[in-house]
Amino acid sequence: MRIRTAGVVAVLGLALAASGCGDNSKDEPAAKESPKAASGKLVIWADDKRAAALKPFGEKFGQENGVTVEVQAVSKDLQTNFVTASQQGSGPDVVVGAHDWIGNLVQNGAIDPVQLAAEQKSAFNETAVKAVTFNGQVYGVPYATENIALIRNTELAPEAPKTIEELVATGKKLKAEKKASEILCLQSGQNGDAYHIYPLYTSAGGYLFGTAANGDYDPKDLGVGKPESIAAFQKIGKLGEKGDGALKRSITGENSIATFTGKKCAYLVSGPWAIADAKKAGIKYDISPVPGFAGGKEAQPFVGVQSFYVAAKGKNKALAQEFVTNYVTKPDLAVALYNAEPRPPALTAAFDQVKGTDPDLAKFSEAGKNGQVLPAIPAMAAIWDPFGKAEAAVIGGADPAKTITAAGKTISGQIK
Amino acid sequence: MSASLSGPGSATQTPGREPARSGLPRKSRDARYHAPITLTGLVVKVVLLGLVAGIAIWAAFPLIEAKYWVGLAILLATTAGLFYLYLTPQHIPAKYLIPGTIFLIVFQVFPVLYTASTAFTNFGDGHRGDKSDAIVAIQSSSVKQVPGSAQYPLSVATKGDPTTGPLVFLVTDPKSGTVSIGDADGLKALDAGQVTVAPGGKVTAAEGYTILNFGQASARSKDITDLVVPTSGGALRSSGLSRAYEGTAVRAYDEGCDCIKDSESGKIWTADESVGSFVAPDGERLAQGWKVNVGLENFSRVLTDPNISGPFFGTLVWNFAFAIGSTGFTFLLGMGIALALHSPRMRGTNLYRMVLILPYAMPSFAMLLVWRDMFNTDFGLVNNLFGLGVDWFGEAWSARLAVLLVQLWLGYPYMFLVATGALQAIPRELTEATSVDGATPFQSFKAVTLPLLLVAISPLLIASFAYNFNNINAIWFTTEGGPFPADNPRSGATDLLITYTYRLAFGAQGAEYGLAATVSIFIFAIVAVVSAISFSRTRRQEEVYS
Repeated sequence: MRIRTAGVVAVLGLALAASGCGDNSKDEPAAKESPKAASGKLVIWADDKRAAALKPFGEKFGQENGVTVEVQAVSKDLQTNFVTASQQGSGPDVVVGAHDWIGNLVQNGAIDPVQLAAEQKSAFNETAVKAVTFNGQVYGVPYATENIALIRNTELAPEAPKTIEELVATGKKLKAEKKASEILCLQSGQNGDAYHIYPLYTSAGGYLFGTAANGDYDPKDLGVGKPESIAAFQKIGKLGEKGDGALKRSITGENSIATFTGKKCAYLVSGPWAIADAKKAGIKYDISPVPGFAGGKEAQPFVGVQSFYVAAKGKNKALAQEFVTNYVTKPDLAVALYNAEPRPPALTAAFDQVKGTDPDLAKFSEAGKNGQVLPAIPAMAAIWDPFGKAEAAVIGGADPAKTITAAGKTISGQIK
Repeated sequence: MSASLSGPGSATQTPGREPARSGLPRKSRDARYHAPITLTGLVVKVVLLGLVAGIAIWAAFPLIEAKYWVGLAILLATTAGLFYLYLTPQHIPAKYLIPGTIFLIVFQVFPVLYTASTAFTNFGDGHRGDKSDAIVAIQSSSVKQVPGSAQYPLSVATKGDPTTGPLVFLVTDPKSGTVSIGDADGLKALDAGQVTVAPGGKVTAAEGYTILNFGQASARSKDITDLVVPTSGGALRSSGLSRAYEGTAVRAYDEGCDCIKDSESGKIWTADESVGSFVAPDGERLAQGWKVNVGLENFSRVLTDPNISGPFFGTLVWNFAFAIGSTGFTFLLGMGIALALHSPRMRGTNLYRMVLILPYAMPSFAMLLVWRDMFNTDFGLVNNLFGLGVDWFGEAWSARLAVLLVQLWLGYPYMFLVATGALQAIPRELTEATSVDGATPFQSFKAVTLPLLLVAISPLLIASFAYNFNNINAIWFTTEGGPFPADNPRSGATDLLITYTYRLAFGAQGAEYGLAATVSIFIFAIVAVVSAISFSRTRRQEEVYS
């Protein structure tokens, strides 16, 4: 028995040493490497598609400068994961994302402003620079813009409609002739879709936020619930299920593109991401701006900008700034990212370079010319849900005045 | 060295498993009062305890690095306790109880306590870190380029060793071409003869200095970012490794007044510890705040804010209906099918059983999305198949019916499985005896089979109730809580408390984890009370029938 106990202790001691040292053996080289690894390591987080496109450029940047660049794909909830990871000190040095994250990233102290020289700024499309400017500071380096447009099946509807009334008339005729089953594929779903309805909302006279003296959106001047917004939704309601039937809650984000490519509707309101499907389905299409109401204001789609940010709590900020301000601003990278996913490059030089080979690009960018920059202020987060639901209710036939007033109240209650 | 050690280490373990089998016959020779120690048992013990030690060592380093001594003390105490427990022959019951208890503490008790502690804070977007984080963020995001100032080509250099020597900036004035050297004391012009300047203005060599390449420079990223060269207009800072700009931090923290001052507008924001923000006299708050303890504020908000407490009761009633309906209907259908297939006259039962299990075998996430599309008014299978035009998710009652139908489809195979198992455990003699006594099949089911079935299944029904009470997927992937009344986008007809909370906490301006934690405490309390009552009733039932 005694021998056994001794044996236990002896073997245990060995196992302990083995496991302990085994761990040390993993730790030690890491510890030795860490100064070197930290020296030249730049960690970039992006979503799947962009991560794949960035990888070769990251490697090139690394080779040119004697550093290691690690591009990591975060496929889900990139923004939230980035904020949480930054807070814990395990975040990346650079993150790639949409410009409307800026407000939230800034209030969480997750990103730093970038200092671009005047000539660097002027190389970008003006809207893109405006989009990444928040509280008078530039927070990201834009690389692509995106906006929605009206995509139409030219076999069914050869002419681009000038007004929404014209579109509805053509759509109704096609429906009567049984050439299509829907007038317009504009996604709403049971809970609405503020992003896609926005051009119609602006054309009918509505607005979301007023503009402050410095050109930023002013969260204190909320347009939802104001008389203009009610008037706008009265016009939208007339297109709804109890009116023309052009807007329907049964058309959702999942089925709108499929319905268009299935030739069941002649018009689709969507972005560059829908083009691949249309091409695959062999649809003959053309792209034009989303039309407004006859005699109304301009239909302004939201313009979103994808950009690169420098993490405030990154381990290698100097290198991150170098990458973002001096490397991303070169047209080559913008063209490569365009090839990975066709969205109009924000860099004017890159845009001109790809414009020739892709006629759709110029049309999308034309459709977004009068667009409004998607508000990046944190208050925007409070808009999406109530605004969308109000839209769905009005499309379903609810009283616009009552609905929008309630939505306005909910939103203003949530804005701090 | 250590790598070589770990080799033999694992080598001693691997052969150890070999003699284990041959060692088995020796058991009789080593027979003791207690259970005999087999070699297999010993090896398992050594490996497991070795693992414990390994994990402890692995966990210790980050704790030491973070100087988190309380955590380290807990780690040491736990590890020492485990070793003591499994190396001494005493405390046999504890040997069985401790692993489960540790997992219970780590995965159940700790998250509950953490949630409860979060409920007393304002933790959320804009209030994540501590005050010093917020101050750093405010100051660094207020650094602006001095209007009209130029950007300078920059080289980072040092007089000493590239890895440790004090750093200087070598910058070239883009207009005059003068090269200056800058450190924390300020800028000094250098003689043109001393330096080599590449086209574009970047200094490539300077007498007495080593120019750092990108690799070397980025190793000292923090030193470079921290180096601020004061100038007359502001300060020279690096923007990356090859450019410098003249900037000033417009906002600065003043410890004296515990406030942030804006040098451009003269505005002052004073720290308010009760809300965790810097607040200006006009009520404007700076976006970057910090996490503070807000006491019972979240609780009083849940109870008094009409936006939150108003729809709370209606939601709670539907929540109960949903959980009871989901559990009850699935149980009735599952049990009915189980009874039918239990009949000895039934043929091909195995085939039926296989087919009936199918919905259970499919991933419920995907099925929920498929069902959502099947209920679409114009394109959905349900309407197309039956030639209906029902706006399923557009009307309150049809939406409720639809989610319950989906729940029924997803849930009945489980109830069918457990009911089949429980039925097979009930002796047939009992029902045969009742029929001998002249009871109808329904009477014998009601008096014998059902009560015995319920004894076995009640705990599962309670568990199913508790699960469905918080079944966020079932709602979020189908109706998202809708349809919503036109005048109230906050609470929909199929909203459960959990989906309602989710929207409340994450749908507004940024995530509010503190508020979400508070509502989940309320939900926890409701589910706990319901479960406690049900379990005590089940126990009474068991006493009656057993």
